Amino acid sequence: MLYREAGQFKTTYAADQQLFPIRQDRIGVIVLLAVAFLGVPLLASEYWFSAILIPFLIFALAALGLNILTGYAGQLSLGSAAFMAVGAYAAYNFQLRIEGMPILVSFMCGGLTAAGVGILFGLPSLRIKGFYLAVATLAAQFFIVWCLTKFPWLSNNSSSGVISTQRLVLFGHELTTPVEKYLLVLSIVVFMALAAKNMVRSTTGRAWMAVRDMDVAASVIGIRLMPTKLLAFAVSSFYCGVAGALYAFCYLGSVEPDGFSLEMSFKILFMIIIGGVGSIMGSFLGAAFILLLPIFLDVALPFLAGLFGLPFSSATVSHIQITVFGALIMFFLIVEPHGLARLWQITKEKLRLWPFPH
Amino acid sequence: MIKNFKPVLAAAAVSLTMLSQGAFAAEEQFFPLIDYRVGPYGSNGQAFYGGFIDYLNYVNLKEKGVNGVQMTWEECETEYNNAKGVECYERLKSKAAKSAGPIHTMSTGISYALIDKSAQDKLPLAMMGYGRTDAVDGSVFPYAFPLVTTYQMQASAIVKFIKDKNAGNLAGKKIVYLYHDSAYGKEAIIAMEAEASLNKFTLVQIPVAHPGNEQGAQWLKIRQEKPDFVVFWGWGVMNQTALKAAQKVGFPRDKMIGSWWTGSEEDVVPAGDAAKGYMAATWNVAGKQVPVIADIEKVVYGAGKGNLQDTGKIGTVLYNRGVSAAVLSVEAIRKGQEKYGKGKALNGEQMRWALENLNITEARLKQVGATNLLPEIKTSCDNHEGSGKVKIQQWDGAKWVPVSDWIEGNKALIHPLFQASAKQYAKEKGITPRDCSKEK
Repeated sequence: MLYREAGQFKTTYAADQQLFPIRQDRIGVIVLLAVAFLGVPLLASEYWFSAILIPFLIFALAALGLNILTGYAGQLSLGSAAFMAVGAYAAYNFQLRIEGMPILVSFMCGGLTAAGVGILFGLPSLRIKGFYLAVATLAAQFFIVWCLTKFPWLSNNSSSGVISTQRLVLFGHELTTPVEKYLLVLSIVVFMALAAKNMVRSTTGRAWMAVRDMDVAASVIGIRLMPTKLLAFAVSSFYCGVAGALYAFCYLGSVEPDGFSLEMSFKILFMIIIGGVGSIMGSFLGAAFILLLPIFLDVALPFLAGLFGLPFSSATVSHIQITVFGALIMFFLIVEPHGLARLWQITKEKLRLWPFPH
Repeated sequence: MIKNFKPVLAAAAVSLTMLSQGAFAAEEQFFPLIDYRVGPYGSNGQAFYGGFIDYLNYVNLKEKGVNGVQMTWEECETEYNNAKGVECYERLKSKAAKSAGPIHTMSTGISYALIDKSAQDKLPLAMMGYGRTDAVDGSVFPYAFPLVTTYQMQASAIVKFIKDKNAGNLAGKKIVYLYHDSAYGKEAIIAMEAEASLNKFTLVQIPVAHPGNEQGAQWLKIRQEKPDFVVFWGWGVMNQTALKAAQKVGFPRDKMIGSWWTGSEEDVVPAGDAAKGYMAATWNVAGKQVPVIADIEKVVYGAGKGNLQDTGKIGTVLYNRGVSAAVLSVEAIRKGQEKYGKGKALNGEQMRWALENLNITEARLKQVGATNLLPEIKTSCDNHEGSGKVKIQQWDGAKWVPVSDWIEGNKALIHPLFQASAKQYAKEKGITPRDCSKEK
């Protein structure tokens, strides 16, 4: 009843091609953005900004990057954290070495550097596929972290290899409070997510999906494999690179190469598997699930334990948290192997028929 | 539905009122404990934080707190993960608004991530034996305290120990610096290089990639180099592997001197016979012969309030290190109460002042039963380290035995390095350093 596209006639090409063709979706997105930009800054506390919302948005962006590569172009990658590291260190160095460099340009250059490195490590994808490609991208993970530790120039000769990011100055105004950082991250993420949504339905996106579904068939219908695959690597790494720069500048404030470990790459991979492979929204849902659920359990478990008078130490809580988290991942993957985004899609289909299902 | 909820709500309300009653009963000093007991380094964290909490409990039980102020704390598990550490910090921050003990994270990565935040929120961050070492310069880092000693001062003290063994002359000698190829291992290189050019010995640097369970090539190189000493900066499984490898190539273990993260029971026991004679630096001694450790076992564990499940850890190097950290924190609270009112809890700013004006003499250490547990400490605005001394201990096959007195590193050589680095940091971050001569 509420979610029905009957009666929404498209009379122009522009109307037919818009990003959200269904009116309810448009309203939904606008409401969501209004809440994120206006409502949240009024209501959320500092803890929510710096510990939950900012990392959630940054990881959603990284997951989005990986989703473009894995979900849309079908190239499995285990190097997302390394590309984030490239973005973070590159943005740091651009900011450090070029006097008066605007911060947003630094972020973009960080992303572009990551894209360049991504293309380099994407080259093996022209010859190898699937799990073998995953192993090749694993090389990126180890090589980049090694490289950042090996060459002190990259961390401005810091004795420990840890970089401490510069101040965030935007148009002469320094961003210090968590709210301001949140709004900056949110703007970048929203812009890039909408750009991604647009990209995946364009010629480029369709070419990626054709390659994903069957690359031989794709090349037969005239899609050139090399530029298509490398473009996917470049765009994906660009997204990861910008996410890495935000991770360093807006979230932690100081990063070390070892922080961008294989574990983090796996985390991003799990986000898209849980959220939904090949779905923009899935990246956000997956990031929310992987990041927020442990924190929720961490807070809820001691409370529940207190309610029932169980003596839980923080170590026990941590162990239970890991167990419950693992069990929930299995549960969701069994119930819905296509991820949380698929659940949302099913809900939408149900809503279309509601209240008169046939 | 509502009917079913009622008892739950009632229970929640009751537990909440009970909680709040407890909270307002007496003046309390809150410690935000950003700790770890699970994950790759969980067993280290258990010993350290076990010791820390046991001492706080000990103060509560033995003297009813500091001038009547009870020590309280809340733990948050980080699993040695930087992002989790930040989340924990943000979670505990609001609770530490009224009263805050120093934050001990036992992780260099988490400390780095918290340095700016804690200064902004005016919460003191203690980094005892890890972390950002140039925070020794308190004019740039008012809220960060690398208390007792730092990697660089430790390296310098080890060189001094070797020098004393060689009748005060190292010219023409060869020292190998074998290190974990990470931020931690590289931190001391700058000090070793400075010492090498000052004392005219040859320094050979040999990195070991993480995790370091294969060191054949490195020890082959050491055999070729024939060094007089090996200074050893290992971590985790790398330590026992190095000791076994040294035995294999026949390098004498009593010419190997490790950092304080290579000198715990966990490092030498697995190496068995190969560890005998091996030496390591430490800023706190091991063992139960320290009066306060023995007393904790009696008072806290006697009352059934001990934090450790495995009481075998009492008296180990890391347990005693946790107790030392707590002793310093509690002494700082005493100091702060002298200025801001006895029997009152200290907030972050007051705690900061207290940590910056610590003066723990040998006599005071004796009073709290910590004689020889840790060195004397006197901090100031331009010296947040306060001591710079370590002891060298030797593994006799069953326990650690101190073989030296407290040795101080070469402050005149090392501290200017910190100041230069802090200055650069201030420039990058646009911080105007405080004028230390105006601080009281």
